[in-house]
Amino acid sequence: MNPRIVRLTYVAIALVGVLVVMTTYWQTWAAPGLAARQDNAIKRVAEFAVDRGLIFSFEPRKRLARNLQREVGSKTLYFRRYPFGPLAAHVVGYSTVGRSRTGLERSLNDYLTASNANLSTALEKALDELRGKPVEGNNVLTTLDLDAQGVALEQLGTRCGAVVAFDPRTGKVKAMASSPSFDPNRVEDDFDSISAITADCANPSPLLNRASAGLFVPGSTFKVVTASAALESRKYTPSSTFFDPGYCSVYGKRVNNFDTSSPFGTITLENALAYSVNSVFCNIGKALRARAILDTAKRFGFYERPPLETPADERAPSGLYRNGRLYYPAQDSDVDAGRMAFGQERLLVTPLQMAMVAGAIGVGGRLLEPQVVERIVAPGGKVVLRQRPTLIRRAVSQETAESVARMMRLAVERGTGTAAQIPGWSIGGKTGTGETGVPGANTTWFIAFASRDEETPAELAIAVVLENQEGTGGVTAAPIAKAVMEVILRGTENP
Amino acid sequence: MTARNRELAGLVLAAVLAGVALASVTIARDAEASTNAVVWGALFLGLYLVAHLVARRTVPDADGALLPLTAVLTAFGLAVNYRLDADDGGRQALWVAIGVGVLASTLIWLRHDYRVLEQYRYLFGVAAVVLLLLPSAPGLGERVNGVKLWVHVGPLQFQPGELAKICLILFLAGYLREKRESVARGRLKDLGPLLAIWGAAMLVIVQTNDLGSALLNFGIFLAMLYVATGRTLYVGVGLALFVAGAAALYNALDRVENRVTIWLHPWTDERVPCAINGQLEFRQDCASYQLVKSLYSIAHGGFGGTGLGEGTFESTDGTPLIPFLRTDFIFSAIAQELGLIGAAALLLCFLLFVVRGMRIALRAEDGFSKLLAAGLTFGFALQTFIIVGGVLRVVPLTGITLPFVSYGGTSVVANFLLLAGLLLVSQRANRPR
Repeated sequence: MNPRIVRLTYVAIALVGVLVVMTTYWQTWAAPGLAARQDNAIKRVAEFAVDRGLIFSFEPRKRLARNLQREVGSKTLYFRRYPFGPLAAHVVGYSTVGRSRTGLERSLNDYLTASNANLSTALEKALDELRGKPVEGNNVLTTLDLDAQGVALEQLGTRCGAVVAFDPRTGKVKAMASSPSFDPNRVEDDFDSISAITADCANPSPLLNRASAGLFVPGSTFKVVTASAALESRKYTPSSTFFDPGYCSVYGKRVNNFDTSSPFGTITLENALAYSVNSVFCNIGKALRARAILDTAKRFGFYERPPLETPADERAPSGLYRNGRLYYPAQDSDVDAGRMAFGQERLLVTPLQMAMVAGAIGVGGRLLEPQVVERIVAPGGKVVLRQRPTLIRRAVSQETAESVARMMRLAVERGTGTAAQIPGWSIGGKTGTGETGVPGANTTWFIAFASRDEETPAELAIAVVLENQEGTGGVTAAPIAKAVMEVILRGTENP
Repeated sequence: MTARNRELAGLVLAAVLAGVALASVTIARDAEASTNAVVWGALFLGLYLVAHLVARRTVPDADGALLPLTAVLTAFGLAVNYRLDADDGGRQALWVAIGVGVLASTLIWLRHDYRVLEQYRYLFGVAAVVLLLLPSAPGLGERVNGVKLWVHVGPLQFQPGELAKICLILFLAGYLREKRESVARGRLKDLGPLLAIWGAAMLVIVQTNDLGSALLNFGIFLAMLYVATGRTLYVGVGLALFVAGAAALYNALDRVENRVTIWLHPWTDERVPCAINGQLEFRQDCASYQLVKSLYSIAHGGFGGTGLGEGTFESTDGTPLIPFLRTDFIFSAIAQELGLIGAAALLLCFLLFVVRGMRIALRAEDGFSKLLAAGLTFGFALQTFIIVGGVLRVVPLTGITLPFVSYGGTSVVANFLLLAGLLLVSQRANRPR
């Protein structure tokens, strides 16, 4: 029997051996992947023993997230408080025991808990652990302007919508507000009150960051992209003339202007943008065809998640959508280019993306990475991470950008966007009214940039979107853009 | 150095380990060192010294490594159980003391010749089946987590499956020693009882829903059948029958199907119907909650672990994050607090125990002793594999205990019986002639 017992021994050794191998697998190889999972309650709860880093607004310098120290059993735990409640809830997010984290609380978790793979902080953390001291996280300074956040949310009021404002020269995000907002202090114990939040739209979804993850029909704001594509193709100039009969025929069907009662007749491209004439852009779209326009859109950042420090799934890529998925046509004929050219035809965009478009036009065609983090500082004062302006790419040529900028300035001077004029500043903007198919429930837009005069690059770019509106973008969204821009620009007037 | 002196040295080391582990737990909990750890270490040593002295008198030539290894395993178990719940740690200590008592009395009782047990093989066989089916008897059994494993008699409760395993091994050792030639020739008459066992294993699954126990007992049966007859064909056919039976049950019983689904796909990206609350949930938040949280616990330990007493098993308000932590998932608690180093050390102790056990089987002279030692040892190894493998997602998770470590009286006592068996066989093989 002995040879068989020996063989059985091998089997038994192999059984235990498999356990050693698999333990090693889970504790080394697979561990980082499991640690990153949002439902990992073990790691999430364990991190409440860390004196989590604070999150600050840039101007005025206030604590957006602080810690509440509490003794639980023999342990000291640090619970999160958000002194400004709903004011920056979507960007900052929340860190709770019961729910997975969101916002910067989630994406910068490694920094906030000092578990980022940086040699000096790792050493400090290990020393703290050995001394039995609580580990101290790194503090995050955001670029947010708290006054602008306040005005943006106040202006949005009970309406569903979002505001994004950033400096297109550096990419620094000054305001990112989404309405309805929520009080992150209530997420842990009173989530029902957040679920119960209502607003003037069918799906209030207060947790959704509409500014970067909300997808909306762009309407006429997309004409800025179409105009850029037209100029880049060199087939058109700002003074190219068109005949507007008040409609455009696509596949034998008439597509009307917003107001068909008074066709413009003969009109230049420049004025067509200023007065938002659908038929002109419809004809440009048919001539350029779908993919040429979409390729210009790609250069503005469409078809990729806009870069920002917030979690990837809180940012959505803009572009054509089919059955809820991003879709790039394999052939030009798959898409109705005429309707796409003025922002219909299954195009869905985020406010952040449209702010990037306005910004790039305002600064001569350069597309900068939007950033909401200024720097991250270790407890000792050492800067762990300093964000620097990062060029994504040149979206369009300087010449094209300047021409489109001029058209957008015209729109604010005497076109559809006059409500956004700010004395002392040169504003270029574009209104938008996206039809959702339900009368009186339009998505309205205003995107704009502001510069000191027509020669200097823009210092601020903004996108405002509102859901479920009866009026046009020029009436509903432009005043909000004006109010938010005024607050931010007032701070920069005497640098 | 004689076997018994080596044993004594090993026990002292195990006692030091137990003291250090308990000290570490109390320091983490109370943030101050106390002399209690020294007292506990001394008590632990005292307890095992009783076993050691009995062994000196009754089994002086038996293997000297098994008792210290057992001491180390129970030290792991006591420290972690105490860390998770101080009261249960105390109860577990009492069970270890009772286990040592059972070990000592078994050694004394069977010191002359344990082979008398062979006469009662059929009695053991019947006892094994009765014990396995006991939890499903009306009025006695209790369903815990959907599985019937427990028997209640008045205030007492025990898990008869643990004792059934020992009875089954005794029956098989006796039966196969007697019938192994004819079984090897494949006479249908002698295969009858074996087919009956296969049927019983299936019946156990149906009756108790307990896949783990069925797998364990059937695995032991196949291993001993192989050692007795050398017919790999039997093992193959037996495995095929088991898989076929289990596959049939997979379709017939929701519970078995659920276990396998959880094992294969613990995480889902989309919400799936959740049987617990009747709504759509991610599977990791529903059916595979336990397994997934246990994997997170293991991964959180990393290489060096969080340290004894420093792990995270409860939410900040004290609600447990991992259900059944002290029984089914004790390994994931150890892996988190002691890390890969500690978990691997624990597994190596199991490995050493298995190797020493098999060595005893090799050195034994008669068929009954060989089969008994090989069966007991393989059962020990397979049980470890099934529960730790379940926690590590190597096999579908089933609720059985980790020998000597998990919280639970019956399990501890049954494994001390197993240890007694191995020491007795070892004594007979090593006795001076």
